[in-house]
Amino acid sequence: MYAFELHQAKSVADATALLARTGGKALAGGQSLIAAMKLRLAQPGHVVDLSQIAELAGIRGDASTLTIGAMTRHADVASSAAVKSSIPVLAALAEGIGDRQVRNMGTIGGSLANNDPAADWPAAVLALDATIVTSKRSIGADAFFKGMYETALAADELITAVRFPVPQKAAYAKFPNPASRFALVGVFVARTPNGVRVAVTGAAPSVFRCKPLEDALARSFTSDAARTVKIAATGLNNDLHGSADYRAHLIAVMGARAVASA
Amino acid sequence: MPALLSLTVNGKAVSAEVDARTLLVDFLRNQLTLTGVHVGCDTAQCGACTVHVDGRAIKSCNVLALQVNGGAVVTIEGLAAADGTMHPMQTAFHECHGLQCGFCTPGMVMSALDLCERHPHADEATIRAELQGNLCRCTGYHNIVKAVQQGAAAMGSKEARHGGE
Amino acid sequence: MGANDKGVIGQRVLRKEDARFLTGTGQYTDDVTLPHQTHACFLRSPHAHAKIRGVDTAKAKAAPGVLGVYTSADLTGVNGLPCGWLITGTDGKPMNEPPHPVLAQGKVRHVGDAVAIVVADSLTQAKDAAELIDVDYEVLPAVVNVMDALKPGAPQLHAEAPGNRCYTWALGDKAAVDAAFAKAAHVTRIDIVNNRLIPNAIEPRAANASYSSADDAYTLYVTSQNPHVERLLMTAFVLGLPEHKVRVIAPDVGGGFGSKIYLYPEETAMVWASKRVRKPIKWVAERSESFLSDAHGRDHVTHAELALDKDGKFLALRVNTIANMGAYLSTFASCIPTILYATLLAGQYTTPAIHCEVTAVFTNTAPVDAYRGAGRPEATYVVERIVHQAAVEMGIAQDDLRRRNFIRTFPYQTPVALLYDIGGYDACLDEAMRMADVTGFAARRAESKKRGKLRGLGYASYIEACGLAPSNIAGALGARAGLFEAGEVRVHPTGSVSVFTGSHSHGQGHETTFAQVVAARLGMSVDNVDIVHGDTGRVPFGMGTYGSRSLSVGGTAIVKALDKIVAKGKKIAAHLLEAAETDIEFGDGKFTVAGTDRSKTFGEVALAAYVPHNYPLDKLEPGLDETAFYDPTNFTFPAGTHICEVEIDPETGVVKVERFSACDDFGNIINPMIVDGQVHGGLGQGIGQALLEGCVYDRESGQLLTGSYMDYAMPRADDLPSFDVATRVTPCTHNPLGAKGCGEAGAIGSPAALMNAVLDAMAPAGVTHFDMPASPHRVWSALQAAQKT
Repeated sequence: MYAFELHQAKSVADATALLARTGGKALAGGQSLIAAMKLRLAQPGHVVDLSQIAELAGIRGDASTLTIGAMTRHADVASSAAVKSSIPVLAALAEGIGDRQVRNMGTIGGSLANNDPAADWPAAVLALDATIVTSKRSIGADAFFKGMYETALAADELITAVRFPVPQKAAYAKFPNPASRFALVGVFVARTPNGVRVAVTGAAPSVFRCKPLEDALARSFTSDAARTVKIAATGLNNDLHGSADYRAHLIAVMGARAVASA
Repeated sequence: MPALLSLTVNGKAVSAEVDARTLLVDFLRNQLTLTGVHVGCDTAQCGACTVHVDGRAIKSCNVLALQVNGGAVVTIEGLAAADGTMHPMQTAFHECHGLQCGFCTPGMVMSALDLCERHPHADEATIRAELQGNLCRCTGYHNIVKAVQQGAAAMGSKEARHGGE
Repeated sequence: MGANDKGVIGQRVLRKEDARFLTGTGQYTDDVTLPHQTHACFLRSPHAHAKIRGVDTAKAKAAPGVLGVYTSADLTGVNGLPCGWLITGTDGKPMNEPPHPVLAQGKVRHVGDAVAIVVADSLTQAKDAAELIDVDYEVLPAVVNVMDALKPGAPQLHAEAPGNRCYTWALGDKAAVDAAFAKAAHVTRIDIVNNRLIPNAIEPRAANASYSSADDAYTLYVTSQNPHVERLLMTAFVLGLPEHKVRVIAPDVGGGFGSKIYLYPEETAMVWASKRVRKPIKWVAERSESFLSDAHGRDHVTHAELALDKDGKFLALRVNTIANMGAYLSTFASCIPTILYATLLAGQYTTPAIHCEVTAVFTNTAPVDAYRGAGRPEATYVVERIVHQAAVEMGIAQDDLRRRNFIRTFPYQTPVALLYDIGGYDACLDEAMRMADVTGFAARRAESKKRGKLRGLGYASYIEACGLAPSNIAGALGARAGLFEAGEVRVHPTGSVSVFTGSHSHGQGHETTFAQVVAARLGMSVDNVDIVHGDTGRVPFGMGTYGSRSLSVGGTAIVKALDKIVAKGKKIAAHLLEAAETDIEFGDGKFTVAGTDRSKTFGEVALAAYVPHNYPLDKLEPGLDETAFYDPTNFTFPAGTHICEVEIDPETGVVKVERFSACDDFGNIINPMIVDGQVHGGLGQGIGQALLEGCVYDRESGQLLTGSYMDYAMPRADDLPSFDVATRVTPCTHNPLGAKGCGEAGAIGSPAALMNAVLDAMAPAGVTHFDMPASPHRVWSALQAAQKT
């Protein structure tokens, strides 16, 4: 790891000021950032640790909205009674991230800001049309994810919370990469008052909405409807763990399995 | 730039000036000579470095020491009783032959304790799923699973006894 | 009496070594920190193949904390790393043996090839300085795959190896095989790939080298399975140091699986550099370095043909294999696809004629050497895959075809050089079938089918040859080392015992098993016996631990030393008891005058040996400390049958191992708990190979694509089932313990069993050919392809 200066922010305002002043990186749970720094793949000169900002962690829910603070650990989402009662699939999704040790450190805000192409949270946010609340504004899910490891966040902008509207039905099915256990293909399906939304992670350079599945499920929200959708392999990842064709096939299969469990 | 780190490690208060980039595992191994905490990979997957911070299993190779400033850390060295009596989970690993080369063992035991805390009556499938973050190359996991089951049962019966007193 | 009170052969004695590992007090190489400790970092090639036009180390040398930066130009008088086995080719010529420089000389030949060593006060300083080294590379085309490497016009790695060939070697009677094929009623042919593996012991390789000017001597702590061999090779062949001036200590070692047998460049460079910097130097491989620089395993491409008569009797086997050596010859690389492979092709069968030709090839990949099983898993995979295929083609049940061909008369001379001393193959097959509930399989398969799943059952009846021996025959076949083992039994005046063994334990539990052997023989508690290993400064000599040899060879050396202890004890007891030596019997820890109740305990005799007041000093030296070297007269032949049942989800290609049953014959067993554990671990690795693992280099660039646990699929707890294991015993006839060895069997039988199960499952879908690993994407693709045809 290269040398850097560590700042421990006491508040969101403190953190954003530090980020603006130093041009540094925000450190949430660190499960991706520390690993990248260790391998000397990332070399921020300044790191702003958010772990002491109490206001960033916590879960609140009512009948229509579930709000998860950015620094809430995956393990806490997984075990949260509020999550289980309002959008239980999010607890299951959180329980399936990485491994136990990673879930004990990693946070929803960190995961979203990192926007790893195979991460789970982006699929949930995009399919549920969640709102990313930041230190500056609120960003709709469709506007947030910009590409591989890219988001709409400014360099000195922090995610403070994520607001999930409670869907009528939602489910997530992940097909893990046998080596990393990240999503080779993860499909999140949601039926909301505004229609069906389907988000896919792991299959492409960034999370994306799957129009063919959305259309098919809008007509009939059944796994058979999902299974018969032909997904085009164009633009999908092609690597030693799976060809683009395989990923395309898995999108329909995981979509069908998600619907079956919704 | 060094900063002051204060931790409780295996029940003892510890404080030291550390460089910002000091990983928790390096602090534990190099400054506290708690060499039971092992490093088996550089991508936070093997789990040999697993310790507890504030009661939760984490990978100490993937956390800055200063990130857990003020926390209570327990390592494999902190499990046995003061008189040397092993923790029931350590005993279970011994009796079930749940270790061979011993390198993954400290992390495996610390993960086992975290899982038993949440799943005191875990079945085989749950144990296997919960150990996803710990690699072992020697045992094929067969006896590790048995050890965790036996350890959980022993911890449960110990608690039941305390509860009845 | 508790389990640990008495070391009885065959008893489940809990391990003595566990306490330190379970409390975090084990001492692995990285746990050793010496005064004035410095740290090393290796600058490694980012290219698979390149000329080095120049290396500029000036900036690195001037960097903070740096004590030394060395490249091959500095290593004057240092030889290359040796290969321990000379293979003579079919052309009668010795194999092509290009130099294996400690640090790259003129060229780099694989990604991760070490170019320079940087020594600094801290590891961070060493890494920072390494980034300041400027290497001027002229990148060359690379070749990573054996078939590509043999093509005309392929990039050439070594001037000394035209066509990238190391050797072409053969074993067996080609004419007899051709004749048998000519009259065969049926011929089965297969083309298979044995996938390349990365060993991945969870403790990465590490070393700590220091030099003492006071006595002009070196001490090396290193993650080694055989510290004496490490020292011998390093001093005599590479550095030219006096052997007695180098002490090699392999303390607790966190798994080896073959990968820690070899003399590697890193520790060699560090020992050399320790005299230059005059401070101890530590290096611990980061996992990404392990992936790039540990010796890999397997990597064979094979065509095989089996000739059968109309009743399914095997008439002949013809095998042609191309084996990847990697960029350089690692310590035992050359003997793995030859001596440890072709000789096993008879398997458990009476096949009267076998011919095998092997071509070994250099490629721009990490060196390939022994990995758990080493040659024998590859042989088993060929034999059991082709037997499975033959059974399918001839419509004979899998167990039936095997039984029609089992060897049942021993000793049995195979057509590929080995003499099997004993075995009982039917018993293992019977028990494996019982555990696997083969009779219930059809119903389970039908039930799976109802759910749209494919279920399959696969058999592998394997044999292995362990305890490679004897030295003189091996020498005639090209071995450049002995194959014996040494053991010293030191009885202390109070009767407790320290045993110094040349075997090395890195998970195998020798401290317990060997203590049981000693305690049982001397009639004492295992707690009175300590096993010392892994230190050339304490142990007389040793060839170390590999090839499942520790008990059958290392254990026998200890038994031989115990024989000497008892013989001397009898002389002392005879004197104390005023009886004739021939009348003294030893048993239950007592020397007794036959037919009387007059006796002396072992402790009394030990005390007399060290306090020789009443002692035959005119005829006998004081002391009770004996050393023995044991060179076996033959290999041992563990064998067994593994049966695997899988269920495939055709929609995703996911293969689930539903059950795995293994019945093995390891000869006599000292500690069944440890034996079962060794089988479990071997199964984990074998199933890992068949289901998940596979080292992949990019065919164009030569970059390692599976360079971390993000891309190299290691078996996790939820990838594997619990195993059903059992043993059957035919004791080895030529060692006093009757032991055969159990360390590798699991990894030898399981890949073929699993893949045969996968092929059985996919057969109804029309898949007839499939290579490891059976990862979801590959299974799905195979099913898709079969559907299209």
